[in-house]
Amino acid sequence: MSSTVSGPTFSGPIFSRKAFRLLAIAGLFVVALAVAATVGLLRQPRQYRVDPPVSAALEGLRLMPNGIAGSPPEVYFALGQPYEETAYDLNQGKRLYSWFGCASCHGDGEGGAGPSFLDGWWLYGPSMVSIAASIRDGRPHGMPAFRHKMTIDEIWQLAGYVKAIGAYSAKLTAPSRSDDRQTRPAENRAPAAILFDQGSAPVRRPKQGPSP
Amino acid sequence: MKTAAISLPLLLLLSGCGGVQSALDAHGQTAILLKSLIIFVVATCFVVWIIVMLVLIWSLMRRRDGQAADDRSLHRRITIAVSGAVAATALIISGLTIASFYTTRGLDPARDPDMTIRVRAQQWWWQFIYEDADPAQSFHTANEIHIPVGKAVRVRLESSDVIHSFWVPSLAGKQDLIPGRENVLTLRAERPGVYRGQCAEFCGLQHSHMALFVIAEDEESYRQWASAQRKEGLQPREPEIVAGKALFMARQCAACHTIRGTEASGTTGPDLTHIGSRHTIAAGLLENTRGSLAAWIADPQTLKPGNNMPIVPLSADELRQISAYMDSLK
Repeated sequence: MSSTVSGPTFSGPIFSRKAFRLLAIAGLFVVALAVAATVGLLRQPRQYRVDPPVSAALEGLRLMPNGIAGSPPEVYFALGQPYEETAYDLNQGKRLYSWFGCASCHGDGEGGAGPSFLDGWWLYGPSMVSIAASIRDGRPHGMPAFRHKMTIDEIWQLAGYVKAIGAYSAKLTAPSRSDDRQTRPAENRAPAAILFDQGSAPVRRPKQGPSP
Repeated sequence: MKTAAISLPLLLLLSGCGGVQSALDAHGQTAILLKSLIIFVVATCFVVWIIVMLVLIWSLMRRRDGQAADDRSLHRRITIAVSGAVAATALIISGLTIASFYTTRGLDPARDPDMTIRVRAQQWWWQFIYEDADPAQSFHTANEIHIPVGKAVRVRLESSDVIHSFWVPSLAGKQDLIPGRENVLTLRAERPGVYRGQCAEFCGLQHSHMALFVIAEDEESYRQWASAQRKEGLQPREPEIVAGKALFMARQCAACHTIRGTEASGTTGPDLTHIGSRHTIAAGLLENTRGSLAAWIADPQTLKPGNNMPIVPLSADELRQISAYMDSLK
């Protein structure tokens, strides 16, 4: 072997100081991502069925005497208002919306035989309790009660989704995309001006619900 | 103890080669062809591997004589060795290609099948429709089919949501089910038996719980089974089952499931007219017993998360009545 091999000598550090620093930053970034993902997972463990005491407590909708608005049960806040905020619950709500044939009266939110969820007008107010109560107990002029068809947490999930259809403000969480053709803006959009421009919608069906 | 510890993993390895679902335990016409192809390819590759290893060992062990061979003869020998290896490779690969071509040509769907079954794959279960020239004679079932031994069964494959793949390894090769398109496969069982199949194309959360069973039996038992399946659901007499039926119709069960002979005529979920006669429920997830039926109805989302059946709020008595009704639908 001749000793005249030329090329880099390997006496110094393999990486320059700058490269090492870059590598350290990248490594730190990856670790931070992993930690964030783990924390995210821990924060919201998936529960397919709520515990019986929780579901019993979720039944306690305290409505005002006229059936409009009221306050949700304390357990709803203790749970961290999941039905409006978590993507899983919103998505379950979306599945329930199609499973229970809501679209046959309410369309894809645009309404039909039943009121629209997009026009910014809620016959019984936009609060979760009202919507959950409408689903659970039904309302006059055609809204059936789903008390015996759905469990109470399903009703809350569906209420969360219905509220998200006509949301007044953008959300960070969203249900999954629709497979069908889009007929309206996505649920997590910022309020689409065009939907609300017509003003607080005319009450087209004066027989439905109390007049404003 | 030690032998047990060693032999157990070996036994587990071997258990993959037999049983209700194995391409190496072939009992169908096309599966037998495919098995011979697999064995031919593996044997050829094994022989090639042995030869390569022998040559490698020989060249490693060979003693080098000190003086370098003269350039010219070395070059010639290398040329012969390399061109020989290249020629052998080309020969083997074309042999395998020809074998594969002729074997798979035999997998073409039969021209004049004895019967036809339509399959609609859904997330995550199999809908089977036995077609008949007379529409009154055709019937639906789910996740379990019976076929007569020795008959060519044309399987028309469709999907109603995403791409699935129909694979009963002991009877035939894989075939995809593609939305908006129909594929065809021929099943022909040469021996009676229960053959398990499963979805072989990732199709979502419960892809692994999308199994099916093919029960191949002699002509007579098949005919009995088919005529039993054509009948309408049994009219219950016991009070508990009568109550279960009333509940089934009153709650939303009937919106998705069909029980022929009753007002339940939903088409989203599996046909339940003869659910009690099937061996498993929920596409092979649970053995079909009254207990597992009740467990499934009580909480389908925990047993098979993501599936399309919602929890129905039922009291303990109602649950017992509905599962008794399901169990009675033989």
